[in-house]
Amino acid sequence: MPRIVIDTKHCKGCRLCVTFCPKKILKMSPIISTRGITPVEVTDETMCSGCLNCVVICPDTAIEIIAGDGSEKPEA
Amino acid sequence: MIREYRRPAALEDAVTHYCPGCGHGIVHRLIAEIIDEMDLAGRTIGIAPVGCAVLAYDYFKFDVCEAPHGRTPAVATGIKRARPECLVFSYQGDGDLAAIGTAEIIHTANRGENISVIFVNNAVYGMTGGQMAPTTPDGVKTTTSPRGRDPLNEGHPIKVAELLANFERVVYSTRVSLSSPKNVREARRAIKKTFQTQLDRRGFSIVEILSPCPTYWHMAPEAALKYIDEVMAKVFPPGVFRDWEK
Amino acid sequence: MMLRRILITGNEAMAEGAIRAGCRFYYGYPITPQNEVPEYMSRRMSEVGGVFIQAESELAAINMVLGSAAAGMRAMTSSSSPGISLKMEGISYLAGCQLPAVIANVQRGGPGLGGIGASQADYFQATKGGGHGDYHLIVLAPSNVQEMADLATLAFDLADRYRNPVMILADAQVGQMMEPLLWQEYAPPPDLPAKDWALTGTNGRPKRVIKSLFLAAGALEKHNILLQEKYARIREKEVRCEETSAADAQLVLVAYGCSARMAKELVRRGVKGGRIGLLRPITLWPFPEKRIRELAEAGKDFLVVEMSAGQMLEDVRLAVEGRSRVGFYGRMGGGVVTIGEMAGKAEEMLAGGKRNR
Repeated sequence: MPRIVIDTKHCKGCRLCVTFCPKKILKMSPIISTRGITPVEVTDETMCSGCLNCVVICPDTAIEIIAGDGSEKPEA
Repeated sequence: MIREYRRPAALEDAVTHYCPGCGHGIVHRLIAEIIDEMDLAGRTIGIAPVGCAVLAYDYFKFDVCEAPHGRTPAVATGIKRARPECLVFSYQGDGDLAAIGTAEIIHTANRGENISVIFVNNAVYGMTGGQMAPTTPDGVKTTTSPRGRDPLNEGHPIKVAELLANFERVVYSTRVSLSSPKNVREARRAIKKTFQTQLDRRGFSIVEILSPCPTYWHMAPEAALKYIDEVMAKVFPPGVFRDWEK
Repeated sequence: MMLRRILITGNEAMAEGAIRAGCRFYYGYPITPQNEVPEYMSRRMSEVGGVFIQAESELAAINMVLGSAAAGMRAMTSSSSPGISLKMEGISYLAGCQLPAVIANVQRGGPGLGGIGASQADYFQATKGGGHGDYHLIVLAPSNVQEMADLATLAFDLADRYRNPVMILADAQVGQMMEPLLWQEYAPPPDLPAKDWALTGTNGRPKRVIKSLFLAAGALEKHNILLQEKYARIREKEVRCEETSAADAQLVLVAYGCSARMAKELVRRGVKGGRIGLLRPITLWPFPEKRIRELAEAGKDFLVVEMSAGQMLEDVRLAVEGRSRVGFYGRMGGGVVTIGEMAGKAEEMLAGGKRNR
């Protein structure tokens, strides 16, 4: 199952991915990150259609999609 | 089947200084993706402008040269003539290219220097705090056009992609937009084409990219993308103005 | 390479001197009195497989030099006074980025559009800045056609040795005149440092960045300290000057470039009332201040001769530091110093004129 990995170090909370996710499975996290902003989080990974809209629109390359069983760590 | 997506190898892991929702981050990523795809990192030399992207060299994993404001195409000329086997691209904003660097871009284009120009047009001077740019649309308020851009005093916005398409040695001139994932994908195709054009030694090519500046447009990032569609794209229509393929 | 003696203009000698040093990238723009340089280069560069571009402006030209220098090549531009003003931004960037490059100024009268005759009024611009920030150019001052060739070749070696831009400060007279020239054999010094900073495409190695921007706290000061240490090494090692009868003179003329030619002739003829000599700086930066101080301590007075309102004069005064008298004779705006006027001033000083302020 694919994993959608949000890198909260890079995410600046611009919300563009939320706007363009056709499955509406992205929302802003209620938890403030160490950057002092609310990053994005995934509500239901199983609904991801793999359209990559979030990845394409993200200005900070803060979203990675890892295929497979999700047990590997994402590349740094 | 879910496709994988990983941070491009040609993009440094550094957190950029760009504002949330800034178009530079998207364009940097597209360039890095294409360089990975075409396996060009080992022979790419980028030229960074003066403007918000002045620190672009901190975000790419290949050789980059700083340029004085506006002189980016001249520096690119010097580099490409010295290292013709390298992929040489100049990366410029609207002040760098269309104000102080007007002579350099026109003559570099006219000579048909075999380089790729990535022109990020967000119609405002971001780095210095939101002043009017040569591409600011009529009527728009900025810190140096507080009553709105007045064509009688300031002239109309300059349409660079159309202007450069007039020169015979310009083989590809196009304008794209970052206002949606669909348009970003189109921008990606255009950037890839300008790099391939150079590798094929066809001559000068430029991609003008309508890019959001949420901070100095005083709007949230998603509103900024709408502004590109509703206002910017009317002043600067996306399209292809010169294409060696046609 | 054949050694031969030819008759050639100073401008062309300088251009060929650059080619012999391995310069293969020339970017220039027409301006009197140095048009022979781009014209010569436009023919010669294609013969040696180099690159010649007549750029859209002097401003574009210096930036093309910056690019080729950043890519590890020996690159050059030339102009004359007003065009050199346009290059000042690029020169500051070359210095800040520590890029080797050669810039030739065939001086003409100024300020502004001025005139097309020879002058020496760009000394301040060359040695005290011109561009912004704390930097120095190595400045070489040819006085004849042979030096136009030899110093052009040396300029590239110095530029590469110190990763610094070098200026050839010539003038319309030395540029336009024709004299015999003997080509020397040239090979680059074997101990020049490798250009391991040049942009060539990483090809697997760590990336390189050429920049002069240092925004992190303290970083720019550190960079400036590094530059100043470099300049101290250059001051220590690269001063060049020529003396004619200075050691036993009572009055030492100090002149460079075209003025030095007249001064040398006056020394040859002699004047009434005392013995004169000539100290001719060949490097204007680093300036031969140590030698001038020695001569001042030995009790000699000085007469500075320049085709300007008195620019090198200030550096001579600084070096002499009140130990003896420093007089001045000059002409401005393309006016040429004459032996007769020079002799008159020298005799006046030897006869014990007022002490100079």
